[in-house]
Amino acid sequence: MSGARPSQGARSPPGSAARSSDRGEHTSGPATRKRYWNEPVMGLWERVYILEVIRGLWITGSVLFGNLGKWMSGRKGALTAYYPEETRSDYSPNNRGRHVLTQRPNGEVQCISCNMCATVCPAYCIEILSKADFNDPAHPKAPERFEIDYSRCIFCGFCVEACPEDAIRMVKDVPNLPGFDRQQMWGKIDLLKLWHPLTDPRKRYPSPPGSPSERAS
Amino acid sequence: MIDFVVHGAFMLYAISFMMGLATIFTWVERKQSALMSDRIGANRCYIRVPFTDVRFVAWGLFHAVADGGKLLLKENFTPATYDRVCYNLGPWLASVPVLLLFAVIPFGGTLTIGDRSYAMQVAQLDAGILFVLAVSGIGILGIMLAGWSSNNKFSLLGAARAASQMISYEVAMGLALISMVVTYGTLDLGAMVRWQSQLLAGAIPAWGIIVQPIAFVLFVTACIAENKRIPFDLPECESELVAGFFTEYTSMKMGLFFLSEFIAIAVVSALTVTLFLGGYNLPWMTDAGFEFPGGATWSMPRWALVVLQLGTFSVKTFLVGCFMIHVRWTLPRFRYDQLMAFGWKFLLPLAALNLTVTVIARWLAL
Repeated sequence: MSGARPSQGARSPPGSAARSSDRGEHTSGPATRKRYWNEPVMGLWERVYILEVIRGLWITGSVLFGNLGKWMSGRKGALTAYYPEETRSDYSPNNRGRHVLTQRPNGEVQCISCNMCATVCPAYCIEILSKADFNDPAHPKAPERFEIDYSRCIFCGFCVEACPEDAIRMVKDVPNLPGFDRQQMWGKIDLLKLWHPLTDPRKRYPSPPGSPSERAS
Repeated sequence: MIDFVVHGAFMLYAISFMMGLATIFTWVERKQSALMSDRIGANRCYIRVPFTDVRFVAWGLFHAVADGGKLLLKENFTPATYDRVCYNLGPWLASVPVLLLFAVIPFGGTLTIGDRSYAMQVAQLDAGILFVLAVSGIGILGIMLAGWSSNNKFSLLGAARAASQMISYEVAMGLALISMVVTYGTLDLGAMVRWQSQLLAGAIPAWGIIVQPIAFVLFVTACIAENKRIPFDLPECESELVAGFFTEYTSMKMGLFFLSEFIAIAVVSALTVTLFLGGYNLPWMTDAGFEFPGGATWSMPRWALVVLQLGTFSVKTFLVGCFMIHVRWTLPRFRYDQLMAFGWKFLLPLAALNLTVTVIARWLAL
């Protein structure tokens, strides 16, 4: 390799004398090879190749044996997470990944199955089957099934904002998504079976005038 | 009768050793690459004890079993236009020679039963090296047939690449082997191993890697190229040719190509161990026991020595195979012109030079 080759910063604009001499310099090499402006400059160390191969093997080998030692001694060497069993450490502590239905003081679900969350949901993943109970004139309508299809949910939180009764909230959690077949992901959580009664929510919403809590009791 | 039983046992051992090692290498490839790139690797497959929740994961070793089962159960898809005979012959011609190669490799010293002694290899050929070169050349035929009969551009390109690459690198490999033959003065692989248990300067074991380091590098490089592994995986590069010469193969036909690749790793590891790393012997070990350089000897019972030799050979072969997998996950791939230039302009002259120097040194020593 010729030492007279100009460095990248000192390269002259096209058409100048330096360019033509640069071109003339390489007529001895393979004539059809296009020369790129960012062609790597290789010293003798890289050209010998076997030395760089040994260096590369050394680098990967040190990583391998480091991780092998950690693996054999039961520590974790991997940067990846052991997915469903292990929660990723880089989730935000404020990540809201799980829906809960709130309940009235008497333990009933607060939802009135108005379908507003299902309407506003951009992913169409909320499915509500309602039932009527005319013995309770304050809440004649209640959900019989309240399902969220977590295979489609995008965790936008619109359902929480749309709810007129504060019946659905999202809590600081990581969704438990994986399943062994599609049926387990489709309609992942029947919130009425698995619902987490939020009797003592950390954030109290102001009670609307007319005190619905008194009506509930 | 006892001859029949012993040789049958040798064959059984050889085949199960090769297949088992190939299966383990599929796991090693996954796990080692995972550890090298800070991942976890195969760890999902398990065998559950029926009616309980006790699961044996065994660090993901069962993934090889699951892969085999999956390949066996896949649909046997064939392209619409293909050469029926050649298409079906291809996988066999590619996978049988690599298994045959192991026949001449000694995997242990001398087994003595009663007053008879058996050299522990399947076929004790005087021309073992020539057999290796001849049979390893047949593998190209299977790949050519597979690529041509699939009637597919990618397959044909892959086959053409494979043929030219394997022929090019076989020249360098042959020259490296000839320099080893000149050094050892024999073509018999068992005699080569016995030659390597002598001592240089009274202390250092005369292993091939110490006597002929350049030939070792050349041979290992050419072997990786023969195996069509990265950095020489041009015949089946996934990014350009879909899967190279076995693009049109499915189910266990594809599995045969896949398996033959890993058997080939095991076989060339065994060859490297036999030629360059003292074969089945530990340093300062012969068929008689240990003879340390200070003059101390340690003779072992015959059966213990045989077991030790079998174990030594297995462990050495495994470690060399791990090294080849290590190379595969470290280096980037060559461009095709670089591959050819590397083979013809660098490896071949170096091998010829090495051979010349070896011949002159040998001639002066005689």
